[in-house]
Amino acid sequence: MDAIILQILNGLDKGSAYALIALGLTLIFGTLGVVNFAHGALFMIGAFVAVTLQRLLGLSFDQVDPTKSDFMGNPLKVKVPYAESWFGPEVGAAIIDWSVPLAILLAIPVMLLFGFILERGLIKHFYKRPHADQILVTFGLAIVLQELIKYFFGANPIQTPAPSAFTGSFDFGVLLGFDPNAIIYPYWRLVYFAFAALVLSGVFAFLRYTTFGMVVRAGMADRETVGLLGINIDKRFTIMFGLAAAVAGIAGVMYAPILSPNYHMGMDFLVLSFVVVVVGGMGSLPGAVAAGFLLGILQSFASMNEVKSLIPGIDQVIIYLVAIIILLTRPRGLLGRAGVMED
Amino acid sequence: MKLFGLSAKDTRFLIIVILLTMFTPILLQPFPEGSALATFNAGYPDLMQRIAIFGIFAIGFNILFGLTGYLSFGHAAFLGIGSYTVVWMYKLLDYNVIWGLPLAVITSGLFALLIGYVSLRRSGIYFSILTLAFAQMSYNLAYSVLTPITNGETGLQVYPSDAQVLMGATEPTSPHLFGIVLRENFWQPTIGGWQFTFNNGYYFTAIIAIVLFYLSLRIFRSPFGLMLRAIKTNQTRLNYTGINTRPYTLAAFVISGMYAGLAGGLMAAMDPLSGAERMQWTASGEVVLMVILGGAGTLMGPVLGAGFIKYLENIFSKINDSILHGWFGALPDGLENFIIGVSHFFVGKSWHLTSGLMFMLVVIFLPGGLVEGGARIRNLFRRGKSPKGADTAHPPAPVANAAEKEEF
Repeated sequence: MDAIILQILNGLDKGSAYALIALGLTLIFGTLGVVNFAHGALFMIGAFVAVTLQRLLGLSFDQVDPTKSDFMGNPLKVKVPYAESWFGPEVGAAIIDWSVPLAILLAIPVMLLFGFILERGLIKHFYKRPHADQILVTFGLAIVLQELIKYFFGANPIQTPAPSAFTGSFDFGVLLGFDPNAIIYPYWRLVYFAFAALVLSGVFAFLRYTTFGMVVRAGMADRETVGLLGINIDKRFTIMFGLAAAVAGIAGVMYAPILSPNYHMGMDFLVLSFVVVVVGGMGSLPGAVAAGFLLGILQSFASMNEVKSLIPGIDQVIIYLVAIIILLTRPRGLLGRAGVMED
Repeated sequence: MKLFGLSAKDTRFLIIVILLTMFTPILLQPFPEGSALATFNAGYPDLMQRIAIFGIFAIGFNILFGLTGYLSFGHAAFLGIGSYTVVWMYKLLDYNVIWGLPLAVITSGLFALLIGYVSLRRSGIYFSILTLAFAQMSYNLAYSVLTPITNGETGLQVYPSDAQVLMGATEPTSPHLFGIVLRENFWQPTIGGWQFTFNNGYYFTAIIAIVLFYLSLRIFRSPFGLMLRAIKTNQTRLNYTGINTRPYTLAAFVISGMYAGLAGGLMAAMDPLSGAERMQWTASGEVVLMVILGGAGTLMGPVLGAGFIKYLENIFSKINDSILHGWFGALPDGLENFIIGVSHFFVGKSWHLTSGLMFMLVVIFLPGGLVEGGARIRNLFRRGKSPKGADTAHPPAPVANAAEKEEF
């Protein structure tokens, strides 16, 4: 029992990331009808925004510390981060410590802007082109973004620690009446899950309860009619593209402490997120979220030793296997609307 | 003149291709050794062989993608399977490639039959994702559970402890064809300042490539090829006329899978080892890139694309700081440093950035690839003479026509 709970928990943080990326993917597909292979790259860029901010805040200058001296008796030079000298040592240290959550504030405008530029500059010209062209051009874009990141940040993963307040693990075992240490779970992953739930419900609430969201949903259902009513649907769809980019970006920011950012993380997540979208149903937002968590949890179950000894290699293929079965038996996906991209 | 059941025009076209292939070691070596432009020479065996192998891969992929419009993102799996098969034959029998290559075609064909049978039940983006899923599965499995067969991360290679039951005492210990060692050069003349290398392996690969090119030419001109084009143009209408299109698409898928398997086998014939990274989906992306860049649905496009990409990859990766300083040394210092700083984005290790950019530009501005670009330039000069313009031997890609492509 405790092992099962542990696996469900383990699946949650990966599932959260899949759900957040898949949500953006399917949002873009549902609004603009574009298959965006560069979406994983947006996730990666988010993670590197966190890296950049952490580095920027860590910038320091040398200062002579009169109270200390080195072994020669000379006054010791210590590195003082600018943040500490500007905001005072305590606030400054806290700011540096909390750089990953703070990076969200930076990532939202950056990713929104990037999304707008991308949509207006490139994607716009591909609405009328076949899906194959859309896949190809965004695939090329993903390669370009990935190589740019590799050029500036190098090929090695970059450690990006979470705030020190979250470094420990939470002992679920005690809470649920099992032995201590039976189910321990890092705090940051809990934070990630809560954050994902917040973002997801935020996006759903935005689409459900605002006029803007209503127009967007109407446009997803029947773009032409909405346009005929005199509403500038293109503009709203551009904003939705920016929003999807921002969601992927902040998902990447918060994931940086879990997986040290590297230049190919975008591609890794992209393939899986596409599978998630297909399993959930192309263009279905709840489907993307449900399938994201479902596949995340399935994957962590499949990597249990008991399961692996039963079916060797299942942990490597489970997601693809599920996708193949779903595509062949129910091509519209778990929660997809009938008739959407079903051929 | 008509040969091998081709029309006069196609025969001429084939002969030109054969001549180009046979004289590649000379054509790719246009600059004398030691001159400033010698960096751009590409007439060495390794690169030429790679071009021919990827040419085969791309020709096969084009039969599926170019003719039927089905975009597979999983063809690298067949490349890997072909490689593994050939290396296994080295391990079990001996280094003669004659055993491994036909078997590589058969095994990859069988896998293609299986994967194609399942994937082709869907079309469009779903087909792409299904093939991607299958390829990623193969890749993951090759790295994990299948380690006894694939040797995991180390890659499959021949060890002295292997059986090699047919191995004779005097037999060469690298891939060979009945004693002709593939990595050896049979003629290495130096004429004036020029140095040419004629390599066994290249000519072996080139002859296979020509045969396979001829095969694809015949497929393009056959009723079968016409049916494949019809599937691309309007599959729904074909279904309404009572034609079951799946056997045709499946046949195209299996053929392209076999081409990929043979290409993979030839990679192992070049270098007797095989690794799972050949199956990664970025490798599938590479062949898509080649076909698109050259011109999908054209005969010559895939070969051009493969040659172009492999040539540029080689040249761009080779350019380093000292070469750049040599080129731009005459410029004022500030400008020189600026140019070199900018070039860093594109050369050396950053070659993939260049290829990605090139890929985007081609998809955006030239969906028909290099062949369409060539046709456009030709038409520019011919304007006013005859409106026909296009060469029927390699007509501009049907892809170029957006209306036709809607079916994907």
